[in-house]
Amino acid sequence: MQPKSDSVIFLSEMDGAPYVNRRSFLALAGIGALGISAIPFTAQATPQETQSKIDSIAGGRPINDGRVDITLPEIAENGGTVPVSVAVNSPMSESDFVKTIHIFADDNPLPDVASYYFGPHNGKAALSMRIRLGKTQKVIALAETNNGELYIGRKEIKVTLGGCGG
Amino acid sequence: MRRIRIGTMAKVDIKPRIRVPKKIKSGEIFEVKTLISHDMETGLRVNKTTGAKIPRDIINEMRVNYDGKEVLRAVWQPSVSANPYTSFFVKAGKSGPMEFIWSDDNGNNYRKTVDININ
Repeated sequence: MQPKSDSVIFLSEMDGAPYVNRRSFLALAGIGALGISAIPFTAQATPQETQSKIDSIAGGRPINDGRVDITLPEIAENGGTVPVSVAVNSPMSESDFVKTIHIFADDNPLPDVASYYFGPHNGKAALSMRIRLGKTQKVIALAETNNGELYIGRKEIKVTLGGCGG
Repeated sequence: MRRIRIGTMAKVDIKPRIRVPKKIKSGEIFEVKTLISHDMETGLRVNKTTGAKIPRDIINEMRVNYDGKEVLRAVWQPSVSANPYTSFFVKAGKSGPMEFIWSDDNGNNYRKTVDININ
């Protein structure tokens, strides 16, 4: 674990949590409450913004619920590194496979998290990763099949110690 | 409050780590686990002393090649945690190398190859 200078505004830091102990975080949070530190985000993402990104991927195609399974802890004490797994129910055959999984965090400063590209050679349309979450919000996974079908899953997660100034 | 002044953050050695099963049966779907050390600087943080934005420097793409094709491509954004971990599945083809390439915003490529033994 590297020490980081506190001359950096931790409140604006997406990954602040791994480097800040509780005491210094609270102290910094206090400074934030007094309005001394400026929140540098010019564009705070909103769930609506995330929805419009999803709509632009869909391009008018219907988005179906189901088939997408998101595994998240119920509560993330450290928003800097939250384990997430996404699995999509698919035969992963040559004629029917998931080609892309997009992941969004709908209330992060930047809602796009990642896009994973698969093929029949994967056998399973599944992935695990660790993500940063600024505050309590929904993680969304959008899967696209080779036939152009779209499936979506959403899961709410509580974040106690967010990294993004929340 | 204690103030520590540190200079430019020394870039830690980038270390990729891969874990695959030692023995894989033909046709088996096996899990590949990957980890690489990287700060994943979001580009959203501000240096309070200078007021300057700390430039974004993340691994923005990871590619995996095996058995003559690309078996995974992942595009990452700043919301991916520091020292990114990811795992995924691959259906066993032929024995041979599996090659991993990570690319960051500064144009650096990091590579690692592991042997896949099918029996």
